[in-house]
Amino acid sequence: MSTPLFDLTLTEEQRITRESMRRLARDSLSPQARAADDAAMANPALLDAISGFGLALMPMPEALGGVAMPRSPLSNALAVEDLAQGDMSHTLAALQPMAAVNALMDFGDEQQQERWLPALAAETFTGAALAVNEPRATFEPAAPATMASKDGDIYTLNGVKSLVPMAAQCEWFVVVAAIDGEVAGFVVPAEAEGLSIESEPYMGLRSANMATLTLENVAVQARDRLPGFDLNRLLGLSRIGQCALAVGCCQAVMQYSIPYVKERKAFGEPIAWRQSVAFMVANMGIEIEGMRLMMLRAASRAEQGLDFHKDAYLAQLQCMEKAMEIGTNGIQLFGGAGFVRDYPLEMWYRNLRSIAVLHGSLMV
Amino acid sequence: MINLEIPAKLEQVQQMAQQLAAGVFRPIARKYDAIEHCDTPEELKPVAQMMAAMPRGSGGKGGGDEIKNGSNMTGILAVEAMCWGDVGLMLSVPGSGLGNAAVMAVGTPEQKEKYGKLYCAMAITEPGAGSDSAAVSTTAELDGDEWELNGEKIYCTAGQRCDAVVVWATLDKSLGKAAIKSFIVPRDNPGLQLVRVEDKMGLRVSDTAALSFNNCRIPKDHILGSAEIGDTEEARKKAFGGVMQTFDNTRPQVAAMALGVARAALEITRETLEKEGVEADFSKQPYNSTARELELYRLEADLEAARLMTLKAAWMADNGQPNSREASMCKAKAGRMGNEVTLKCVALCGELGYSERSLLEKLARDSKIIDIFEGTQQIQQLIVARHLLGLSSKELK
Repeated sequence: MSTPLFDLTLTEEQRITRESMRRLARDSLSPQARAADDAAMANPALLDAISGFGLALMPMPEALGGVAMPRSPLSNALAVEDLAQGDMSHTLAALQPMAAVNALMDFGDEQQQERWLPALAAETFTGAALAVNEPRATFEPAAPATMASKDGDIYTLNGVKSLVPMAAQCEWFVVVAAIDGEVAGFVVPAEAEGLSIESEPYMGLRSANMATLTLENVAVQARDRLPGFDLNRLLGLSRIGQCALAVGCCQAVMQYSIPYVKERKAFGEPIAWRQSVAFMVANMGIEIEGMRLMMLRAASRAEQGLDFHKDAYLAQLQCMEKAMEIGTNGIQLFGGAGFVRDYPLEMWYRNLRSIAVLHGSLMV
Repeated sequence: MINLEIPAKLEQVQQMAQQLAAGVFRPIARKYDAIEHCDTPEELKPVAQMMAAMPRGSGGKGGGDEIKNGSNMTGILAVEAMCWGDVGLMLSVPGSGLGNAAVMAVGTPEQKEKYGKLYCAMAITEPGAGSDSAAVSTTAELDGDEWELNGEKIYCTAGQRCDAVVVWATLDKSLGKAAIKSFIVPRDNPGLQLVRVEDKMGLRVSDTAALSFNNCRIPKDHILGSAEIGDTEEARKKAFGGVMQTFDNTRPQVAAMALGVARAALEITRETLEKEGVEADFSKQPYNSTARELELYRLEADLEAARLMTLKAAWMADNGQPNSREASMCKAKAGRMGNEVTLKCVALCGELGYSERSLLEKLARDSKIIDIFEGTQQIQQLIVARHLLGLSSKELK
């Protein structure tokens, strides 16, 4: 039996896409990230610029306004990594519709796709998001406190969902809720009766406009329950997305730190000439390499239709711990300068802590 | 196309090595840990023949655009699997010496013919020169048609049992790195004395020797590479760089040792814990898991990161890409991971881990040296840092 060779080469298409993503990250996302963070408001032009890559449109059927390409978790993960090098918040915010479309493509039926996807078939930002998280310290996605109950053709949803990016601008949500000992996904339109959206300030990801959804007796049509809903797949693909966010942001931390430690002098020479400083940079490089390869392996297994639950789980665990280490060391290398808001280090630090907290947030 | 799975072709090699590890190495691992000083174990002699016959992927620098999974990757998989069985025994298989790698990398056709199939050790470290290999003070002097070597070498793996030793010596200490050359010395040369074989914490079956060279004379053609010393700073730098480049290929192989040891410890730990009802099945969020489950996940994640990094470094070598940075990255990550994993596994299994009834305590003793030999953790970090920061060895000492 012949199986594909071990290979880390990007396809020509991935390479070209990578270049334009990185250009946007470097020229637009990175310079404008701070202002948006200060304002706690996503920059619409940046959201549109990211939406312009059409990641949400890729898997959508042509008849609905999409490109009808096969689902590609790997290409999505590469895109998330590249964009997050510019800014994690805008990447997470702007790619929520992609995650929502992916959920409908993977778990929904044709009627559901026809009903909900055309609203998102645009090259400017149009919101839709996954609502998985809940505000509990011991939250376990497989045991949500949000409940659905069925009466005839109507499901009634009750509960609270949190950490939903760009919620105020969303057309609809995929809400994850428990029903009869199972976990199910429902499409809930933003204007549904009983659904209220309240913005919630967080330590970081401030320009992603995170909000809490409260569902009070929200009625959902039976036809809007996703028939193929698979929580493990949703969580696994989201873990890959979170890893890609972490890898991109950590790469930014390292790249920003290198010139600084070579220029900053103490005791008459650049601090980079001291092993205690140089080794921190070395360890950033070493851990980013491991994080990236784990993320890529999980993504490439998902792409090939292989089981990827464990790979994504371990990659996310590695990323949430190592990314925070890199985030905190980024500030440490800059000393006081890392702590003041003139530099992006403290923003990256705040953003990177989210990798341990987001669940099911960015399904690639 | 990005794919990080092992292709079926290479899996066969992996399986062969795994069978060898399970069938030959594991059953005698304890026995030779207790014996420590002995000749090459009889059980390893047929293994040496088998290994020579193992299929090797077409490797080395690739022409054209075809991606290769070649001899470097094959080596990683074979070493990892054998070290799952026992690192000390793997290192004791005749023909597996680091000296062999050097002869095959830079030897002349005659040298390869004569010494390539023998068991060649490598002698670099001296009492006064460890990580700073440029500081070796063993001398080599040309006298007529022979080189005469004088000096002391320590921590020479297989220095007792080998057929020949590749010795690092300087032609002129005042000329620094550029004057360091390596020489092949047959083990039975009367000028080469075995001073002692070390008693060690782990890797006991593998002999670690101190050697003494006293007016040790070898034929002129027993130098590896050229005898010339560059006359410009640039040429000298390049010459030593060439010697150090051998390490770019061997470091991932040493990283692979840590992978094997760590996998062995994790498997035993999982089995042990499962018998007592610990099920680390990735079903709950990390922080909703028990402390033991979470620790198992962490260790496995670290092992996976190190494994993929090691494969990448070897893959780069197979495809003719410069991999000095990645070789050091994987050695640094795998070296510390192997030590951390094996030590945590002992702790996770309590008395069962600490007792000699299981292999865990032995794996924890064996793993430590992997973060030291072939470049310590700190040397690897130094190399990685110089690459990332673009600093020279004069700037970042």
